[in-house]
Amino acid sequence: MTNAKLDYSVQTRTRASSISAIVALLLVLVAVALPAFASRSLIQDMFFILTMLVLAQFWNLLAGYGGLVSVGQQAFVGIGAYAMFGVVILMGFDPVPSILIAGVAALLLAIPTAFFAFRLQGAYFAIGTWVIAEVVRLLVAQWKAVGGGTGTSLPRSATGDMWFTGAIETLFGVRNAAARDILAYWLAVLLAVATIAGIYWLLRTKRGLGLAAVRDNIEAAKSVGVDAVRMKWTVFLVSAFGTGLAGGLIYMQKARISPDAAFSLQDWTAYVIFIVVIGGIGTIEGPILGVLVFFILQSLLADFGSWYLMALGVIGITIMLFAPRGLWGLFSDRTGIELFPVRRRLTGGRLTGGHVTDTLPSSKEE
Amino acid sequence: MIWVDTIIQGILLGGLYALFAAGLSLVFGIMRLVNLAHGDLIVLGAYLILLLVTLTGLSPFVAAAVAMPFMFALGFGLQKFMLNRVLGDDILPPLLVTFGLSVVLQNALLEGFSADSQRIQAGPLSTASIQVAGLNLGVMPLMTFGSALVVIIGLNQLFYRTSLGRAFRATSDDPTTASLMGIKPAGIFAKATGIAMIIVTIAALYLGMRSNFDPSIGPARLIYAFEAVIIGGLGSLWGTLAGGVIIGVAQTVGAAINPEWQILAGHLAFLIVLLVRPRGLFPRAVD
Repeated sequence: MTNAKLDYSVQTRTRASSISAIVALLLVLVAVALPAFASRSLIQDMFFILTMLVLAQFWNLLAGYGGLVSVGQQAFVGIGAYAMFGVVILMGFDPVPSILIAGVAALLLAIPTAFFAFRLQGAYFAIGTWVIAEVVRLLVAQWKAVGGGTGTSLPRSATGDMWFTGAIETLFGVRNAAARDILAYWLAVLLAVATIAGIYWLLRTKRGLGLAAVRDNIEAAKSVGVDAVRMKWTVFLVSAFGTGLAGGLIYMQKARISPDAAFSLQDWTAYVIFIVVIGGIGTIEGPILGVLVFFILQSLLADFGSWYLMALGVIGITIMLFAPRGLWGLFSDRTGIELFPVRRRLTGGRLTGGHVTDTLPSSKEE
Repeated sequence: MIWVDTIIQGILLGGLYALFAAGLSLVFGIMRLVNLAHGDLIVLGAYLILLLVTLTGLSPFVAAAVAMPFMFALGFGLQKFMLNRVLGDDILPPLLVTFGLSVVLQNALLEGFSADSQRIQAGPLSTASIQVAGLNLGVMPLMTFGSALVVIIGLNQLFYRTSLGRAFRATSDDPTTASLMGIKPAGIFAKATGIAMIIVTIAALYLGMRSNFDPSIGPARLIYAFEAVIIGGLGSLWGTLAGGVIIGVAQTVGAAINPEWQILAGHLAFLIVLLVRPRGLFPRAVD
C-alpha cells in the first residue's frame, strides 16, 4: 500500500456513483420482491414505466449518443410484436421465448432500414425512418394470418399455460391473468436492468468512447481513427434489437394486437422522445428521471385528453429552448453529481495526496 | 385508355403534393431546417380558411387570400421567436422543437374543431370537369396543378430576379459572409418561413376543397411532401414538382391495382428512387 501513492490510475467511479450502485442494487431487489405485497394495478403501472424506460434508453442511445434522430422506432416495436404473435399463432411457440424472436425480427428489419435511412442526412434521416415504419405497418396490415388490418389476439391455449405462470400462480396464490402480469413485470425488470447495465457497459468501453467522440465532433473523431459509419450501424442495430424485445414483451402482456396500435407513432416514439427530452438527452439518468415525470404527468392529466398531449408538447419545446440538457442536465450542472459516470479521470499517485484531483480540468468539463 | 386516364389523374394529384412540398423545400433550401410540423400547419391553414368561409360566407379563394397575411405573420413569428433560437450545427434541437409543435398543433386543432372530418365547400366547381381528347379532366385537379406551376415559377422568379431572392441565396450559401454584406440571417429566415406559410395556405385551400380533412392528417401530408422533396433532389424546385408527380402517379396506379395499395405504392416509389438515385433526380444542394 505504501507504493500505491505513486501509481496513477484512470477511473470513472465517483463517490455518488458508488452510492448509487448500492441504491440501485437495493431498488432492483425491492422491484423483484414487489409482486409479493403490491396490488395488481401497481404491477401494471410498473410494467408500463419499465417498458417505456427501455424504449427511452434505446432511443437515447440512438439520438443522444449516436446522433441518429429516429422517428421510426415504432417499426421495431411493431415488427417485434408481430413476430412474437406470428410464431405463437402459426407455429405454436410459447410466448415467453418468442420475445427473443421479436428482438431478432427487429434486428433483421433494422438491416434494410439502415441501408435506406443512412442515405439520408440529419433531419431527413428522421423522416426516412418514419416512412419505413409506415411501409412496414401497411405491409403487416396485409398479413391476413395475423388478422390483417383489424388485428388479432393471442390464443387462449397459448396464454393459459405460458412458461412460469403455473409456478407464479401457486407461489402467490393468484389467478392466471394476475400471474401473467407478474411474469411480464419480472421480465420487464430484467429487460430494464439489462438495458441500463448493457448501455452503461457499452459507454465505458473503448467503443463507447468512440461513440461519444462521434457525437461531439464527427470530423475530429474520424481524424483519430474512429470508424463513424461502423459506430452508427452498431448503435442502430443494438437499439432495434432492444426495441424489438420491448415490443414483444409489451404485446405479450397486452395479448391483443392491431397494426395501428403496434406501429403507433404517438405511443412508441412521440412519448419516448418527450421522456428523453424532458429527462435529459445524452445521459443514462435522463430517461429514468424522464419516465417518472412522464408517468406522474400522465396520472395527473390523462383525464384531460388532448390538453394533456398539448401540455407535453409545450413542456418538451420549453425544455429544448431553455434547458436543452433536460431536467437531469439542470440538476447535474448545479451539483456535479453523476450516477452513471462515463468520463475517465486520472487519480492515484501524488494526485490523491491533496485535493488536486478535484481541480483537474478534466473532472469538471464535459 | 383507362391507364392513360389513371396516369393523368396521378400527374394532376402530383400537383397537390408539389404544393405540400414547395414550402418544405424552400425552408430547407435556405436554412437546412426540416419542419416536422409542416403537415400540421397545412391542416391549420385549412381550418383557418374553413372558419373564414363559414363565418363570413366568402368564396374559399377570397378566404385563402384573407388567410395569407395571417399565415405569413404566423410563420414569421414562429421563425423569429422560436426556430431561430434552435438553428445551429446540432440538428437535434430544431427537430425536437418542431416535433413538439406538431403534437401541440394537432391537439389544439382537436380541442378547437373536434375530430369530425370537414370540407371546404367549393360549390359546383368541385364536380366540374372538361373534356380533352376523350378524357374527363376535373377542373379542381387542373387548377391545383396550375397553382403548383404558378407557385414554382413564382418562387424561381423570386429567387433569381429579386434582391430578396439574392439575400435568400446568399444566406443559404454562407450566413456568416452574407451577414458581413449587411444581410441579417435571422430576418431573412423569418421572411422565408413567412413565404413558406403563404404557400402552405395555397396547399391548404386545395387540400380542404378536394378532400375531407381532420386534425390528425397532418403527419401523412408531411411524409408525402418530404418524399417529393427527396425524389426531386434537395434544393431544386422543379425537382420537387417532378417528385410530387412521381408520388401522385405511383399512388393512382397502385390504387388502380388494389385500393389498399395506394399509399404503399407511393412510399415504395420513394424507396426505389432512394435506392437508385440517393441524392434525388435533380440534386442541386450539396447536402
